[in-house]
Amino acid sequence: MIGMTHYLVLSAILFALSVMGIFLNRKNIIVVLMSIELMLLAVNFNFITFSSFLHNVAGQIFVFFTLTVAAAEAAIGLAILIILFRNLRSINVQDMDQLKG
Amino acid sequence: MTEMNLYLTIILSPLLASTIVGLFGFALGKKISHSLTILGVLISTIGSYCLLNKVLNGGLTYDGPLYTWLTVGSQSYSVGILVDSLTATMLTIVTSVSLMVHIYTIGYMEHEEGYERFFSYISLFTFMMIMLVMANNFIQLFFGWEGVGLVSYLLIGFYFQRESATFANLKAFLVNRIGDLGFLLGIGLVLAYFGTLNYAEVFAKLHEISGVTFLNTGWNAITVICLLLFVGAMGKSAQFPLHVWLPDSMEGPTPISALIHAATMVTAGIFMVARLSPMYNMSETALSFIAIIGAINALFLGLLGLIQNDIKRVVAYSTLSQLGYMAVALGCGAYSVGIFHLMTHAFFKALLFLAAGSVIVAMHHEQDMRKMGGLWKYMPITYVVTIIGNLALAGVPPFAGFFSKDMILDAASNAHEHHMFGSSFVVFCVYAAVFVTACYSFRQLFMTFHGKERFREVHHDDHGHDSHDDHGGHGHSEPKESPWVITLPLVLLAIPSVIIGWLAFDKFVPGEFFSGAIYNAQFFAEEIIKDPITPIAMMAHSLHQPPVYLALAGIIAAFIAHKSPAFVAVIKTIFKPVIFVMERKYFMDDLFINILAPIGRGLGKILWSIGDILLIDGLIVNGSARVIAVFAKIFRRAQTGYVNSAATYMVLGVLILLTFCTGLILH
Repeated sequence: MIGMTHYLVLSAILFALSVMGIFLNRKNIIVVLMSIELMLLAVNFNFITFSSFLHNVAGQIFVFFTLTVAAAEAAIGLAILIILFRNLRSINVQDMDQLKG
Repeated sequence: MTEMNLYLTIILSPLLASTIVGLFGFALGKKISHSLTILGVLISTIGSYCLLNKVLNGGLTYDGPLYTWLTVGSQSYSVGILVDSLTATMLTIVTSVSLMVHIYTIGYMEHEEGYERFFSYISLFTFMMIMLVMANNFIQLFFGWEGVGLVSYLLIGFYFQRESATFANLKAFLVNRIGDLGFLLGIGLVLAYFGTLNYAEVFAKLHEISGVTFLNTGWNAITVICLLLFVGAMGKSAQFPLHVWLPDSMEGPTPISALIHAATMVTAGIFMVARLSPMYNMSETALSFIAIIGAINALFLGLLGLIQNDIKRVVAYSTLSQLGYMAVALGCGAYSVGIFHLMTHAFFKALLFLAAGSVIVAMHHEQDMRKMGGLWKYMPITYVVTIIGNLALAGVPPFAGFFSKDMILDAASNAHEHHMFGSSFVVFCVYAAVFVTACYSFRQLFMTFHGKERFREVHHDDHGHDSHDDHGGHGHSEPKESPWVITLPLVLLAIPSVIIGWLAFDKFVPGEFFSGAIYNAQFFAEEIIKDPITPIAMMAHSLHQPPVYLALAGIIAAFIAHKSPAFVAVIKTIFKPVIFVMERKYFMDDLFINILAPIGRGLGKILWSIGDILLIDGLIVNGSARVIAVFAKIFRRAQTGYVNSAATYMVLGVLILLTFCTGLILH
């Protein structure tokens, strides 16, 4: 029987993966954006799990909001990315170290 | 409230005049400037006489705040006014002498640069002095105290292009700082022990505090306070060893020597002690100390007057000596006598200074008495008033100085009978100083007004030196009597120099005039009540007493020295080492300039290099910056500038926070 724990563990694994994606990725900034999306999806997974097991529909409604916000965020993120690319002629994370102390 | 208006008029009219002339003097011109300031002081003078009249006849007293200046915690400091017989007396002295000096200055400073500036300063001085004497609390006293010090500094350095003048005003300033440090510490202790700075409140609490010891030293707190306050008086009233600034202050123009450095400002210390007489009565140690310092001043600094050749310096040393007398009177518990001498001295010493100034004007700003002589023919008025001033100074009856000085001698003897510590020394000094005083004052008179007319030879040699010479251009000129603006104040000051002792004696000495304002020490007060005396009886009595004969002997000695230079030469060879020491002013200047000042500077340098450069700059300021720089060098490695490392730290931070917060919540 697949219980709540399994879902939660899956969600945690997804979250950890996306965090690692942000931490370790040094090449492609699009991957960073994707990791952020994945992170949101992991959170959504949690919502749905609890909603389903606790018989409370509010969690699932919340997921819709999250998805909307995520879509908007992705659009903004990509727009910033394009501007960035125009200025730097690169999407390599390694090149974006102007804040270095 | 008509009285209040009177007080405010007295206080503010010199300030107003001073401000207007100080700010717009350049535009107003000489005539309007001096008229305005004289008007201001005249109003003040008339007000003071009204006040004196009310106090004398109506027994007017007033003690109240004007407004609150500052509130710190529960402690509030207000500007207030205290009017009693002492205030009225001081006000009358200050404003009268100031008015005379204002008028005199028109003649004296006629051809000088900075005419308007000078008038602005002396009016400001008058205001500050009035503030000082009308104060009803220590803070306001201190304000006036520093204010007159400031004007004194400005006026000693009036000829600021002259190196000697800037040296002298700096010296006066620095020496007064030593005194003021003591004064300020004294005020601080008053606040600490009494919790208030208002005179009346302090006096009311005296008995509570009388047994208290200072910290754990075993000294009486009141003694410590009195001594510290007197250190301030030593600076301002030029008492040994802080007297060194006064002779040098003669660099300033003569009118201010008369006003500030003879009649009024230097007596502020005497006034302060008299004002605080209830407190000083509680401390015999402080009184003894004051008397001994005063005695040193009276005799030893008076002696220096004997060897001066600068006409103003003779008068300056005599001022030191007379201030010593006043301090002796205070020290012997005879505060009212001290104030009495302060008053007579203010008139005759201002007179002597202004007369000396009149001579200086006639001699085209030559101050060396060796280049004068025989002036009596040319300057009869100046000559006569100088004789009057000198007789008053020497204490010859019935001139003003006689009464006050004789009372001081009495007070000293009385203190001796009551076995005050050091009183034998004091008595010896004040008696010997009578002789010395007569001697130097008449030496000055003879050198200036009698003998050969030495200015004739001198004028040929020194022609180029006369920078102020406006009328002496053609050959040598005869010295002329000064214009009326100079002689009028001389005559007006000569009158009180003759009669004021007689007039005021009844009020000041045995009378009740000062009751409620000055509290003479028990033993002196009892003596006066036991043996009341009238001026005439006093003069008759004095004929059987040594002081008058000492004074006459001094005059005769001066005369012999004047007539026979051989006698002087003999004296000079006998006392050669003594005279050498005296010429170096007992090495006091050397002590201050060559020993104390380098020690002070060395100490400053050590503190600067260790405290400032090493500890504050090196360790605290630059050191902390350096520590931060070292840490920053290490931690900046973490700042890669990559977005994902920033995100990493953020997540790590969130994790740490979560760990702690959940930990906190669970427990």
